[in-house]
Amino acid sequence: MSDKKMINLVIDETPVSVPEGATIMDAAEKNLGIRIPRLCYHPDLSLAGSCRVCVVEVKGVDFLMASCSVKVWEGMEVKTNSPEIRQARRDILELLLDNHPQDCQTCERDGNCELQNLAYSLGVRERLFEGVRKRRPVEASSRSVVRNAEKCILCGRCVRVCAEVQGIYNLSQHGRGFETEVMPAHGARMDDSVCIQCGQCINVCPTAALVEQSATEAVWAALNDPTKTVVVQTAPSIRAALGEGFGLKPGTPVTGQMVTALRRLGFEAVFDTNFTADLTIVEEAEEFVRRFQAEERLPLLTSCSPGWVNFLERFYPELIPHASSCRSPMAMMSSLLKRYYAEKMGIAAKDLFVVAVMPCVAKKFEAGRPEFHMEDGTPETDAVLTTRELIWMIRCYGIDLVNLPEDAFDNPFGESSGAADIFGTTGGVMEAALRSAVERLTGAPPEKLEFTDVRAVEGLRERELRVGELLLNVGVANGLTNAKRLLDKVVNGEKAFHIIEVMACPGGCIGGGGQPYPPQGYRFLDRRLLAARAKALYAIDSAKELRSSIRNPQIQALYRDYLGEPGGEKAHKFLHTHYAPRLPRGIR
Amino acid sequence: MMIQTDNRKEVMEKSRAALPDHVVAFIEACNSGPYPHSQLISVLHKVQAHFGYLGKEQLDAVAQLMQIPAAKVTGVATFYHYFRLEPQGKFTIRVCLGTACYVKGADRVVERLRDELGIGFGETTSDGLFSLEASRCLGACGLAPVVMVGERIYGEMTPDKVPALLERFVKEAEKQAAQKQS
Repeated sequence: MSDKKMINLVIDETPVSVPEGATIMDAAEKNLGIRIPRLCYHPDLSLAGSCRVCVVEVKGVDFLMASCSVKVWEGMEVKTNSPEIRQARRDILELLLDNHPQDCQTCERDGNCELQNLAYSLGVRERLFEGVRKRRPVEASSRSVVRNAEKCILCGRCVRVCAEVQGIYNLSQHGRGFETEVMPAHGARMDDSVCIQCGQCINVCPTAALVEQSATEAVWAALNDPTKTVVVQTAPSIRAALGEGFGLKPGTPVTGQMVTALRRLGFEAVFDTNFTADLTIVEEAEEFVRRFQAEERLPLLTSCSPGWVNFLERFYPELIPHASSCRSPMAMMSSLLKRYYAEKMGIAAKDLFVVAVMPCVAKKFEAGRPEFHMEDGTPETDAVLTTRELIWMIRCYGIDLVNLPEDAFDNPFGESSGAADIFGTTGGVMEAALRSAVERLTGAPPEKLEFTDVRAVEGLRERELRVGELLLNVGVANGLTNAKRLLDKVVNGEKAFHIIEVMACPGGCIGGGGQPYPPQGYRFLDRRLLAARAKALYAIDSAKELRSSIRNPQIQALYRDYLGEPGGEKAHKFLHTHYAPRLPRGIR
Repeated sequence: MMIQTDNRKEVMEKSRAALPDHVVAFIEACNSGPYPHSQLISVLHKVQAHFGYLGKEQLDAVAQLMQIPAAKVTGVATFYHYFRLEPQGKFTIRVCLGTACYVKGADRVVERLRDELGIGFGETTSDGLFSLEASRCLGACGLAPVVMVGERIYGEMTPDKVPALLERFVKEAEKQAAQKQS
C-alpha cells in the first residue's frame, strides 16, 4: 500500500492525495466524506458504469464522467456538486422512472427501495414525462424467486452477483435497447434454469424486480383456520437479524421477544430449529466418524444449506456421494413435528400446519422437494417465511417487538446447545460438528470448544486441525465462487479433505437471501453487517452452559424415546435424505 | 461403494449430437486454442448457417461444449439482430425500406404484406412458408419500391400486386411438394 504512487487532485476545491488507481468516487468518499449518489455501483461487484447517477464534472472534459469508473489522474479537478450536476442526476432518475410502474404505495419494496430513496434524495418532485411502459408478465411460477421485469431498471447488479459472487451466471441481459430484459437462458422459469434459489439477486436488487415468493397469505389463512394446529420453528440466524426490522442495531439478539411475538401472532407452539441443528450434528458426526474409520467417501460435505444442495446437484453432481445424507435442521424438525410430535399430542398430521421462519429463500424450494413430503403427499413443512416476511407480519399485526417481554421456546424441541446457535454463520456447522465429532473420536470433549480457525469470515478457509492424535483437514466456504475453489481441489484430487462446510450465501445464513434489507448506513454484502449478526450468535453460544450437541439432554431423550441409535434405521428414515443430479447442468 | 452420479459424459454426448460435426470440430479447435470464449459469435454463425436459426437445443449444446454459461450464450444470441431464434420460413420476403423505395410507397406494401401474411418483421407464418424482413437498400432503386423473395427481385411493387406475388410462391411450394412425393 505505502509504496503505491500517490496522485494529487482537487475535489470540490479541496486538494487531496490518493493512491494511484483510486476512482473519483472512492477518493471523494474516503478522503472528504462526500458520498456521491450511486445505483448500479457496488464495491464487491465488477464495474458496470451503466446507470450514470454518479456523474461529476471534471475540468477540461466536456461531458460529465461516471465517478464510479473513472480513475483519478495527477492534477485532476473534480466538482461533485453544481446546479448542472444535480440537474443531470435528477434527469437520469426521471428517465428511469418514466417507464417504471408508478405503484410505490402497493409495492413490496415501499420504504426500502433504492430507486425511491434516490428519487427523493436527488429531488425528483414532479413527473414531467409519461414514458412508454414496459409491459411484461410477472414470472411468479417458481418456488423461491419472483421476477418482475416491469420493475427492472437494468442496473445489472443481480447479473453480477449471480455470476461473480455465486458463480452461477443464471441471469443475463437479453435483447437490446428498450426491450432488454434480465432473465435466465431462454427466458426460463427460475425452477427450470440453473438457478440455485439462493436469493442473493433479491438482496442486491434496488427495486422489487426480484422478490421472494411470498407465503404470508398461506400462513395468515392457516392461523385463521380452526381445524389447523399451527406451529412454527425459527432458524438459528433469525434471532440475530429480526431486530433490524424494528430499528434495533444490527447484532442485537431478540430471541425471547421473537418467541413472544410469534405466540401473539397465534402460533400454538414455537420451536427452535436449533434443536434439530443439534440433531443434525449428532447424525452428521456419526456419519463422519463411520466414514472416517472406514476411510470412505471423504471429504464429507455438509448439507444444511439448500442453495448449496441445489448447486451440488446441478454443478457438481459427481460429488453427490460425498454429501452428508442428513436432512437440513428445518427438514428434520418438520419431519419430527409431523410424526413424533403430532402423535404425542394426538393431532392428525394433516391437521398440523408447520411454518418455518428461515433466513433463506431456497428453503421454500427445499420444502417443496418430494423427498420432504409425507406418505399421503402432504408437505412436512407447510410454509416457509423469510426473516423479511416475518418482520412484515409482526408489523402488520401491530406488535411492538422491541418492548415485548421475553419468552422461551416450547418443549420437547426447545433446548439447544450453543453449537446450534452458530449454525447461522459461516464455519458454524463445522465448529459444531467438530465439538461433537472430536468427542466421538477421542472419547473426550475437545480441550477448547471454540474452533475460531474455521470461522471463514473472508469467504474461504482451509485449515489443518490437530485434535489429540488426529490430524483433520477441513475446508470452509461461503459464497459459491469460493466453494468452487475447494470443490475443484476435491474433483481434481489435489487435496484430501476430511470435512468441507459449504454455505451458499456470503457469511452463511446471516447473509441469507431472506434476511432483512440492510438498514440505513449499511449495504448489501456489508462485512460490518455480517460481522454484527455473527457476533450476536457467538455471544449466545458462549453464554450457554450447554455447548456441544451430543450433550443436549433433550436430544439424548429423543433417541431413547423414539429414534433409537444415531445413524440407526429409524433415524435414517426420518432424518436423512438423498440427492440426484439435475438438468440443466450448470457451467462451472 | 460409490454410486456414479456424474452426468458430464451424457450431457456432452447429447450436446455433440445436437450440432453438425463440422461445428463440433470447430468448437473443439477453438477450445484448444487461445481465448476460446471469444469465438462464441463465430460458432453461433456456423450454427445458424447450418440450421437457418438458433434453436434452444443448439444454444444449450454450444454452452456445454464451449463451457460458457447458457444465459451468456442466449444473451449474445438475442442481442444481435442477425441471429434468429425461430426457424426461417421457406421463402424470405425482404422489403426494401431504403430512401427511394420508402418515398415510392414501400410502407403501404409492408402494410399489405402484414395483412395478407398475418405476421410482422422478424416473424414466420405458422405454415412455415414465409418470413418477413425489413431491408435497407437492395441496390435496385430504379425499380423502387422493391421486394425480394428468396434470391429474386420484384420491382415497382404496389399493395395490389401483393396477393398475386404470394400466390405464386404458394403454388411453387405445392409443386415442389408434389414432385417430392412422386
